[in-house]
Amino acid sequence: MDTPLIEFKDVTKRFGSRTILDHVNLQIYEGEVTTIIGLSGSGKSVLLKHIIGLLQPDEGTILFRGRPIAGIKKSAMAALFSQISYMFQGNALFDSMNVYDNVALPLRETTTLAKEEISRRVMARIEQTELSEAIFKYPSELSGGMQKRVALARALITDPRIVLFDEPTTGQDPVRKNAILSMIAQYQRKLNFTAILVSHEIPDVYFISNRILALYDSRIVFQGTPEELENFDHPFMNEVISSLEALQKELSGLYSQRQFQMLNHVQLKRRDTAENYCVVVFNLENLDDIVNKMGHDAAQAAIRSMGLYVDKHFGSIGGFSTRLRTNEIVTVLPYSNIADAEVILQRFIGDFQKQGIRDIWAATHKEIIPGDCVEFAVRAGIAQGQPIAEIEPVVESAKLQQKEIGRLRCEERRLAPSGIMIEGDRRGVKK
Amino acid sequence: MALTANSQGSSDNNKVYMLLKPFSLIGRTVIDWVNNLGAAVIFLSLALGQSFRRKQFVKTVRQIYYIGARSITIIMLVSLFTGMVLGLQSHHALVQFGAEGAVGSLVALSLIMELGPVLTAIMITARAGSAIAAELGIQRISEQIDALHTMQINPIRYLISPKVIAAIISFPLLTAVFDLIGILGGYISGVLLLGLNAGVYWHSTEVYVVMSDITNGFIKAVVFAIIVATVCCYQGYFAHMRKDSHGAQAVGLATTSAVVISCVLILISDYVVTSLLI
Repeated sequence: MDTPLIEFKDVTKRFGSRTILDHVNLQIYEGEVTTIIGLSGSGKSVLLKHIIGLLQPDEGTILFRGRPIAGIKKSAMAALFSQISYMFQGNALFDSMNVYDNVALPLRETTTLAKEEISRRVMARIEQTELSEAIFKYPSELSGGMQKRVALARALITDPRIVLFDEPTTGQDPVRKNAILSMIAQYQRKLNFTAILVSHEIPDVYFISNRILALYDSRIVFQGTPEELENFDHPFMNEVISSLEALQKELSGLYSQRQFQMLNHVQLKRRDTAENYCVVVFNLENLDDIVNKMGHDAAQAAIRSMGLYVDKHFGSIGGFSTRLRTNEIVTVLPYSNIADAEVILQRFIGDFQKQGIRDIWAATHKEIIPGDCVEFAVRAGIAQGQPIAEIEPVVESAKLQQKEIGRLRCEERRLAPSGIMIEGDRRGVKK
Repeated sequence: MALTANSQGSSDNNKVYMLLKPFSLIGRTVIDWVNNLGAAVIFLSLALGQSFRRKQFVKTVRQIYYIGARSITIIMLVSLFTGMVLGLQSHHALVQFGAEGAVGSLVALSLIMELGPVLTAIMITARAGSAIAAELGIQRISEQIDALHTMQINPIRYLISPKVIAAIISFPLLTAVFDLIGILGGYISGVLLLGLNAGVYWHSTEVYVVMSDITNGFIKAVVFAIIVATVCCYQGYFAHMRKDSHGAQAVGLATTSAVVISCVLILISDYVVTSLLI
């Protein structure tokens, strides 16, 4: 494996008699999203502050690209830290400055850029983070979510190579939590920085993280992929997962991936050789367009609405669903062969074209100016699982079978006041 | 028997501890003071060292406005009544010796040499010093100062240096305002209210006040500026390191400490500087 970008070797930190970090060993790799999870007060923020140099370890070494930070010259250290941005848990916005000045501050103070260039860059970030309306407002006049976005805009204004996010979703409602994480993931892909998150609240970190580190009892007890974490057997997991699952249910109305897998395993055990099951994979297309035009909140509201509709429909007949990716939902129909499942899905499509897609539109519509419209489509694919077979290949097979089951079109001639046309497979339903 | 011997030993230890306790308390307090004094001197040196860096001018002018310009009204008010009281008291005392002609010089010298610099410094401490300590304390506990660190902005350069330089510029100017208005206050009470001859008042002021008196007053003002700016900035900047409190309470106590310590040091240093200048 490559040399880690940041590595902790036996790092110990004490505050008085309390040991916060006890011989912590971890690796963070370049270009990845690494999330540090742990219970509240377990020392996650302390760990993060060691990376940015706000705290020094009492024992142990922190290495940057294989070189101990302690041995780096002061000038090189300044250059190193200038590549790192930090988004504080409490945002740490300057309350005597408006949004524009807060975002512009790092450029004004650390660069020799002309006023016009600073203004151009700041305005671009402000627009990307959907803060144009709040540009001259002060932090105290903003909602918690908007403050987070200002902090994010400020953290990204210098185009850093590494961004540290300390509990970026704290204090947000479930939809907004996902919107913030989705925004982080989007920027990470776009700007290709290394993201290090500290989070304990939401399972969506699994969707955006390449690696997860678990801090428990002052030590790193797990390092690996989100999939590996699902199978990690440790007392810590019980505490964290139970809170995550409650939030996941609250967020999308769906099961967490772990609950989903447990249910599936139970079903697998019950099945005898004569029983089949089917998997339906739903995909909300054009999610990026929704994000770009209507914002992250609207996109998350759309996903949530789709999850609720799918769960309502299939849950009542014994199906169970989970969110597989940001825009993907998978539903298992136990004890169904492909023919039964096709009939069930056709019924669902009928209902979905009449009401479901309207619900999704209505959920997103709350967030935008009336008259605006973004075209989006929902696709679904179905596949039958063999008895006693694992689910993953069936899901992949269902994905290959996906076809469009509903599309929301923005009518060009705008005959209706809303300008919206809902279309199914062959017929259009005028709103 | 062994138990009795142990009890006896323990009792002796307690007595020794009780006897030494006041000394250890004094020792700890003195060590704390020396530590803080050393840290404050380093803090001031760093702030002064950053004063002439790029992009400091605008920030310093802004601080001169906050510390200096916005204090003018209160300084004028206090100096007016201080001068009036001085005129009144000195007239009342000197008239008994037939020396009321010296009212002008007494008012002017008192103001220029002592009351002007001291009361100006105390008034600015109350108005701007407390605000500086509270502002920095809040910035510290809300992690705004840590945020500056992470943005590679030196907090001493960005926050402290402009305040120290602004104080050094503002204090002598405000002291001059205080002196002038105070002398006018003495004129109002001595000449306009008590009927002293105006020519005598101005003449005695002009004759007895020499340039070195004014220079000494300004030297004191600069010394007080350095003390007030350093103490108030230091208390606010390190509010999070207070051992007696945390959070908002620490900011409150830091503000109180800033004002109290500044006022006490103003009076102590006034004596020291005066004894050196006389």
